[in-house]
Amino acid sequence: MARFQEGWTGPVLECRDLSISYMTRAADIPAVVDFNLKLTRGETVGLVGESGCGKTTVAMAIMRYLGHNGRIAGGQIIYKGVDMATLSHEQIRQLRGSEIAMVYQEPMAALNPSMKCGKQLMEVPIFHEGVSEKEAWDRSVALLHDVKLPDPERVMNSFPHQISGGQQQRVVIAMALLSRPSLLLLDEPTTALDVTVEAGIVELIAELARKLDTSMMYISHNLGLILETCDRICVMYSGEAVEEGTVEEVFDQMRHPYTQGLFGAIPLPTADKNARPLTAIRGQLPLPHERPPGCNFGPRCDHFQKGRCDGQAIPMLPVTGEPGHEVRCVRWNEIGQPVYAGGTRKSWEIGTEPVLTVDRMKKYYELRDSSLAAMVRGRRNRYVKANEKISFMARAAETVAIVGESGCGKSTFAKVLMGLETATEGRVEFRGKDIGAVPVQKRKREDVRAMQMIFQNPFDTLNPSHTVGGQLSRVIRKFGGVQGDEVRRRVLELLDIVKLPADFYYRRPRQLSGGQKQRVGIARAFAGNPTVVVADEPVSALDVSVAAAVTGLLMEIQRTYRTTLLFISHDLSLVRYLADRVVVMYLGHIVEQGTTDEVFSPPYHPYTEALLSAVPIADTSIEKKRIILEGNLPSVINPPKGCPFHTRCQRKIGEICETEPPPEVEASPGHMILCHIPIEALRAVEPVIVQKEKATAAE
Amino acid sequence: MAETTIVLPPRIGFLTRFWRKVALLRESKVGMIGAALVGFWVFCAIFAPLLSPFDPNNDNFTPVHAVPGAEIYVDAGVIVRGVPAPETCELVEEGEQAGRYYCGTVWLGTDKNGRDILSRILWGAQRVLIYAPIATLCAYLVGIPMGLLAGYLRGRVDDILSFVANVILSFPVMVLYVLIIATMPKGGFTVIAAVVFASSPGVFRIVRGLTLDLRTREYVYAAETRGESIWYIILVEILPNARGPLIVDAMLRLGYVTITIGTLGFLGLGLPPPDADWGQMIASGREALQEHANVALFPCLAISSLVLGFNLLADGLREISLRD
Repeated sequence: MARFQEGWTGPVLECRDLSISYMTRAADIPAVVDFNLKLTRGETVGLVGESGCGKTTVAMAIMRYLGHNGRIAGGQIIYKGVDMATLSHEQIRQLRGSEIAMVYQEPMAALNPSMKCGKQLMEVPIFHEGVSEKEAWDRSVALLHDVKLPDPERVMNSFPHQISGGQQQRVVIAMALLSRPSLLLLDEPTTALDVTVEAGIVELIAELARKLDTSMMYISHNLGLILETCDRICVMYSGEAVEEGTVEEVFDQMRHPYTQGLFGAIPLPTADKNARPLTAIRGQLPLPHERPPGCNFGPRCDHFQKGRCDGQAIPMLPVTGEPGHEVRCVRWNEIGQPVYAGGTRKSWEIGTEPVLTVDRMKKYYELRDSSLAAMVRGRRNRYVKANEKISFMARAAETVAIVGESGCGKSTFAKVLMGLETATEGRVEFRGKDIGAVPVQKRKREDVRAMQMIFQNPFDTLNPSHTVGGQLSRVIRKFGGVQGDEVRRRVLELLDIVKLPADFYYRRPRQLSGGQKQRVGIARAFAGNPTVVVADEPVSALDVSVAAAVTGLLMEIQRTYRTTLLFISHDLSLVRYLADRVVVMYLGHIVEQGTTDEVFSPPYHPYTEALLSAVPIADTSIEKKRIILEGNLPSVINPPKGCPFHTRCQRKIGEICETEPPPEVEASPGHMILCHIPIEALRAVEPVIVQKEKATAAE
Repeated sequence: MAETTIVLPPRIGFLTRFWRKVALLRESKVGMIGAALVGFWVFCAIFAPLLSPFDPNNDNFTPVHAVPGAEIYVDAGVIVRGVPAPETCELVEEGEQAGRYYCGTVWLGTDKNGRDILSRILWGAQRVLIYAPIATLCAYLVGIPMGLLAGYLRGRVDDILSFVANVILSFPVMVLYVLIIATMPKGGFTVIAAVVFASSPGVFRIVRGLTLDLRTREYVYAAETRGESIWYIILVEILPNARGPLIVDAMLRLGYVTITIGTLGFLGLGLPPPDADWGQMIASGREALQEHANVALFPCLAISSLVLGFNLLADGLREISLRD
């Protein structure tokens, strides 16, 4: 079959003044307005913005997947010189999958769970190019090799649920690339994956782009990822592109206030919670039908000028001296780079006595295997070793971060602390009592009140059937010992502390945004004035600027009440910003422990090193070592003997790692590393993150 | 912290909010038809005393097996509606029936005892629309706590309760009813007991399924970390979030229960005669089905239309709950 527009050398994709609207009963909602983009062959462009900015809508429009009520209200999408509006349904169907392919966020949702992976992969060339089954099989296996899947034949014969998330996403990428498309759209392909897995996928995508000369459009909200993968970047806000240019130009000199605001909200290695705190963008995203006249960002902008910025629609203006760099701002040449005032905020005092001590805690889940095979083998009980010999301590007003990927045991640890599970062995000492073996129903009310939790998913953390005020009142009545009017007064006080207006008392959770729900979650956790708060990834599901605001709120409350915060996260940038001490977990073990500075600089445990190199950093002045971990997380039921990390370790020294459990080595007082490698060797390792010298002094 | 009093703005009235929810039903055509059908029978039930032309139980002046649309003429002195004819009926001056009194028309005919079918249907609506909701409510009162406990606690409690429910569900319904008829005294209470016994396993299953899903939610997890009691969690955190599917199920179940009550009446376990009961009417009309089909036909249509109304209402509610 002849390729579409064979021999075309112009831009692969061009969006000219594209406007997309959704038609609802009330009115037409303009989702994207006057969007312009040009993508040449082999180029990767990154589309960045927060939720609701329209980036996914643009991708869907290119694929013509707008749904029954979305339509292109203006402008054109030109693919290889042909206006896609002139193509028939049948022609577009031919294009999809063979010329234009898309990779989505959830790999499990993109693969058919009832078909083997091989069959799904083979469908692509068989349908689009009519090849024989044998050739389809060979090509699929070859491509699975290219996406670095070990043992491709086994993957071809497996069902999607039999392979891990990272492997599934590689299969999806292989499926997208099988018919050698000219344009590949990726919509947040790594958001659902662990950090180390994400690093592998990101590197794979970059390599494939180079090798196959495919143009890519990479949609993400993570600026660090864009820096690592893309050549050009387009920042979108509320349906419009507000800044566009090459990655170096935009990251070095952000011109649009929104872009600057986004960078200010990201915890970069240069951020410091006392000297250079995260700044959130004030205000709210406007609803599509309530956009202000003139500049969409105006009401939230610090450089807003009445008369200039709220008149007519603002066009994209070129930045002098930087060809290709355009900004949608009339004041761009008057706005300099953001200056961060030297911090005058004093860091607060951390207590000296430990508030919470965990001593060699173990948590094993028993798996009763009542199958015939197990009876024959004589081993009926197997154990999921979720936590092994956890020891650490936390003091008043301290923030301890627990870092690790999925399967490392941090959620189990949180459950044992809260009393939803009981420890199999070891002590958990809190307020002078051992609560490790006491389930929450048996704990004293005082102890329950003193240890509370903030949950991960803001959309699920509040009961949708009750009002905000009702839910907070319940907690206060249970823990506060107050009645009647006093309860209401206290609820309103709490709402005030988390900066929510008083009339939210009567609102139901479905009327709140993600950030607002998480604030209510924080209010609920702090309602009883707890001593320790366990925050389980509280901001990972939120947009960047909202996350900055919620993080700031959390810190402010912690400072006022001197609460100990146990911050569970996989986001190392945020951990570096927030935490005083860090605990790194892998497969149920603590592999490294120490203050933030100690953990983030050599000596590192090899896993910490890999984690640090996997985290994308949105700073062009940082140079990062590249370490990609091979293999998958081993099974928790059958953990490897010896060191848990040896199957993937990039610094494995030999037999000893496979047979003997590593010792706890103290690199400095309070800094513990679990490794066989001698500590001097680890100290000599180069740091993963290095600040390059900037050519000119910062403006 | 400053001692400022934070003032709460007033809240929209409870009735207004309820009315807004009810008004949503207008968006579903199917739901509106269902609501109209059910509303019609509710209207009939409420105004039965005013609407029915004759006394449903009185038979001593209307002819047996009258044709639908027949006019009733009586002689002077016959007691109609408790008083002698001249006081309640019209005197016919001329024609065939001159000298007699016209007391009304039996629009649907009369049964084998001479009772007006239309009046019996209207009064029967009262019976059905009182017993069906009460019986359904009782089935829910039994099924909901069991389902919640089984779904939330799992383990042995779940095993036992599910086993009991499955045993009852696997019993043939007719045998169940015959057993009940044979052993228990006739009357409203037995009807309700029979319905509860037959319906609560179904309610149990639905509630258990919903609970199994809802217990994984983070707000349930949050309540557990606060040390809330089991009853608080299942009644306050879980149950309100199951109300969508349960309301739809309630409408459907009202339909099934109506049929059940009809069936029980048909089998002889209903209200003691001569009170009007749709099921009994069908049973007694069965014998004369060949020549006088109207006796059984009209109660059948009554039951069918009411059950159809409940089903369509359920469909409409489901449509709306999905759209929200």
